[in-house]
Amino acid sequence: MLQGWVIASVSFAYLGVLFAIAYYGDKRADAGRSLIDNPTIYALSLAVYCTTWTFYGSVGRAASTGIGFLPIYLGPTLMAGLWWFVMLKIIRISKANRITSIADFVSSRYGKSQLLGGLVTVIAVIGIIPYISLQLKAVSNSFTILLHYPDIVMPAKAAAQPLLQDSALYIAMILAAFTILFGTRHLDATERHEGMVAAIAFESVVKLLAFLAVGIFVTYGIFSGFGDIFSRVESVPKLKSLMTVADTGASYGSWWSLTFLSMLSIMFLPRQFQIAVVENVNERHLARATWLFPLYLLIINIFVLPIAVGGLLHFPDGNVDADTFVLTLPMVERQEVLALFVFIGGLSAATGMVIVETIALSTMVCNDLVMPVLLRWKSLRLQEQQDLSGLLLSIRRWAIALILLLGYVYFRAAGEAYALVGIGLISFAAVAQFAPAIIGGIYWKNGTRQGAVAGLLAGFAVWVYTLLLPSFAKSGWLSLDFIKEGLFGMALLRPQQLFGLTGLDEISHSLFWSMLANIGCYVVISLRVQPSVAETGQGTLFVDVFKRTAGTEGSRFWRGSAQVQELLPLISRFLGPERARAAFLAYARRRGLASADALEANPDLVHFAENLLAGAIGGASARVMVASVVKEEPLGIDEVMNILDEASQVRAYSRQIEQKSHELEKATSELRAANERLKELDRMKDDFMSTVTHELRTPLTSIRAFSEILRDDPKIDLLERKKFLAIIVREAERLTRLINQVLDLAKIESGNAEWHTADIDLHEVIEESAAATSSLFSDKRIGLHMALSGNVPTVRADRDRLIQVMLNLLSNAVKFCEAERGRVRVALSVEGGEVRVDVEDNGTGISEADQRTIFEKFRQVGDTMTAKPQGTGLGLPISRQIIEHFGGRLWVSSDLGKGATFSFTLPLNGSGAERREERT
Amino acid sequence: MTKRILIVDDEPNIVVSLEFLMKREGYEVAVAGDGEAALRAVEERMPDLVLLDIMLPKKNGFEVCQTLRANPQWQSMKIVMLTAKGRDTEVAKGTALGADAYMTKPFSTKDLIAQVRQLLGLS
Repeated sequence: MLQGWVIASVSFAYLGVLFAIAYYGDKRADAGRSLIDNPTIYALSLAVYCTTWTFYGSVGRAASTGIGFLPIYLGPTLMAGLWWFVMLKIIRISKANRITSIADFVSSRYGKSQLLGGLVTVIAVIGIIPYISLQLKAVSNSFTILLHYPDIVMPAKAAAQPLLQDSALYIAMILAAFTILFGTRHLDATERHEGMVAAIAFESVVKLLAFLAVGIFVTYGIFSGFGDIFSRVESVPKLKSLMTVADTGASYGSWWSLTFLSMLSIMFLPRQFQIAVVENVNERHLARATWLFPLYLLIINIFVLPIAVGGLLHFPDGNVDADTFVLTLPMVERQEVLALFVFIGGLSAATGMVIVETIALSTMVCNDLVMPVLLRWKSLRLQEQQDLSGLLLSIRRWAIALILLLGYVYFRAAGEAYALVGIGLISFAAVAQFAPAIIGGIYWKNGTRQGAVAGLLAGFAVWVYTLLLPSFAKSGWLSLDFIKEGLFGMALLRPQQLFGLTGLDEISHSLFWSMLANIGCYVVISLRVQPSVAETGQGTLFVDVFKRTAGTEGSRFWRGSAQVQELLPLISRFLGPERARAAFLAYARRRGLASADALEANPDLVHFAENLLAGAIGGASARVMVASVVKEEPLGIDEVMNILDEASQVRAYSRQIEQKSHELEKATSELRAANERLKELDRMKDDFMSTVTHELRTPLTSIRAFSEILRDDPKIDLLERKKFLAIIVREAERLTRLINQVLDLAKIESGNAEWHTADIDLHEVIEESAAATSSLFSDKRIGLHMALSGNVPTVRADRDRLIQVMLNLLSNAVKFCEAERGRVRVALSVEGGEVRVDVEDNGTGISEADQRTIFEKFRQVGDTMTAKPQGTGLGLPISRQIIEHFGGRLWVSSDLGKGATFSFTLPLNGSGAERREERT
Repeated sequence: MTKRILIVDDEPNIVVSLEFLMKREGYEVAVAGDGEAALRAVEERMPDLVLLDIMLPKKNGFEVCQTLRANPQWQSMKIVMLTAKGRDTEVAKGTALGADAYMTKPFSTKDLIAQVRQLLGLS
């Protein structure tokens, strides 16, 4: 019979040893001779992974599923191989940014988002509480069992015990007190607990030795070695099946998912993050941990199967819970001391887990949940209080107490519904939800805050629905109906066969759906949302941590102005004046300055202050606090460009570049078209110049030739001399006319022509033009007939220009009419808001092809009356320009051989000419 | 033996001046007003030299030149191209098509006479 007080005093003595180690560790740390600056201690402290769940639960699981307990240790072993990449990066990032917890890590990565920090904290607390209650249950059960030594009595259902007689309650209270003592004696800017780590490493040794002791005792004491045990298994068919993996898809599926789950848990359980990252002294320690930690797992698992088999052989009727074999086998063999040692081993596994886990959680609750709220609560006037370090400590202490209390409540309510292993896995599945945001956050710059929030919420919601609520239901808190029938009776919504997915165990099932939702939301929303500047900056710091930490103390995407006199008091309020002064002084000394007052207020100092504060209250809160004394200036364009340059937005950027290059392509093709058009215009201009040259040279040729003839030969007879001189004069006139018209056309086309617009009576214009050309008509004896409508309103136009047009049309008509037989008719009419003038002749007419070209410059129609058409070839183009200038049209209709009619219209006064006029 | 000159131009006044100049030099002169008339005139009776304008109705000077040079019978016939378009490319084109000389309008009467005399081997 072991007395209760014996067990209790041994337990307290053990806790006292732990505390002494912790105290010594802290002293050594303060003295600057760190006890834990040792890779073996680091690796041993990582074994906080092995809780009572390992200590008692592995045997329980092995007894029911054989080697099914292995994935939980296979995962971490595999992950340890990746540590040198993944964990090293996380550690480096955390050191550079003074990360204090996993919530802080996620929050910092996504722009120091308080929302994310809070969310991670809530998920962690909710997810871990069942795990804590599992420890309580294990310690409480083992205590109760041991109390009945040497009888084997299974503990009564927890709920059946009156509250005040429930050992678990006292265990919870003792653990809370112990954790508070360990974790919150003082507030450290780095949030590191060297003494605690030393104690944890010690505990790892104790639980390992205890487990090995039982293993050796069972294997070699009760039986005679491994061979003996396994040969006995052969003879019992029920046991034989335990030694192999059931050959079904579901079984492999659950192996895979448990391995995967434990791979994530070894990284993202808050206590693992605390030990592996926050408490890490030197990142090189990781190297030994990558093989020593898996070795530890291997050793602690060697005797799991022998003990399980031994238990099953020893208690064949099944009234002893397999979870207790580790304890009950020594008891039944009357090994009093060994049994007590086993109890201490279990206690050490439990306390290690509870201490680290609750310290980690309380830091998160304080920094990422409570402080952000309190700091925003203006009425508390926290911003003005001088010393907040006391407040911070009490928040943490309360958080520790509350977390353990919740653990106890869950234990009371749900403790009996699940075997130990089941509860642990629920917690694993909860922390697995952090994986996408963290892994994505350190390798993928495009991960955004909204993406992380959405992923976490979605994954967490699925976890709650498919694991947590069913666990409540199985504990009797909720009706079981929604598990069997689905929510609202919809079969598709059955939480453990969601959307009809069957054939998986509940953990694999939940893991599948929650990861799908989590990763899906994270990736899709990240891709759709543009990150803010702060997120981009943090993303770059995290992803490119190896590039950055080599040189500077981290890049600062920040600018602002601050005073040392403002920063120091701010830090003092959270860390206490002494620590703050010391930290600033150390910082100043590193920069070769004599005192903190000599520090220059620059972004580096602000960054240092923010980091210092982040160690105490978390990154998000620290940012808010520092911002309250620092006048932060918006990032200038240079800084933004820097951020962009530093490759964070390469993808978004390349999208823009792609777009730009599309635009460029478009612009290029437009430019090409414009260039073609210019070339065309240039060619036309060239042609025009060439034609003008030709037209000018032709009269000049005659003039020069005849002038030289006359000069060189004075004996030319008078008649010929007269004839030649007449040619010279005529060609000179032609030249003059040509030059005038070219200039005229150039002026009209360039918009430089002068227009004398007035109300014009077309009657009068036509009469005058007819009078001016009357000699042409009479010379060739061609008849001119007028058909002018009597009452034609005036038009807005330039009188001289209209006469120019009429003269051109009339002289053209005469030119192409046969002498004597030619008839020309001029008509004036009003038609649909326009005045119309027709000049009709019965001359040679114009072919259809020529009709298209006669309005082009220098295009003359060869005529049959004379060998070469008279005129410059510019009359019609100029006439058309004039008419169009006043808003009208000029065109020709003709059949070859049957004469031609040139017509033009002009808008009636006030309808079109005015508008046209305004533009000119 | 009197040399025969064919004048091909559509500008009446230029024709008058060229006719006068050539006749004064003692050549026999024929006139054509367009490209097709020019080819007909050569077929009828080959001149010793053609004064060929380029901007001609119906068939331009280049085409006429090309046609004339394509016939081996007319190889001895000299061709002087006359044009108001003085661009280098056109000079090159004319020469390439087999013209013996190229004169830009307005030309010096003396130069023209000297050129014609030289091509006919009279100087």
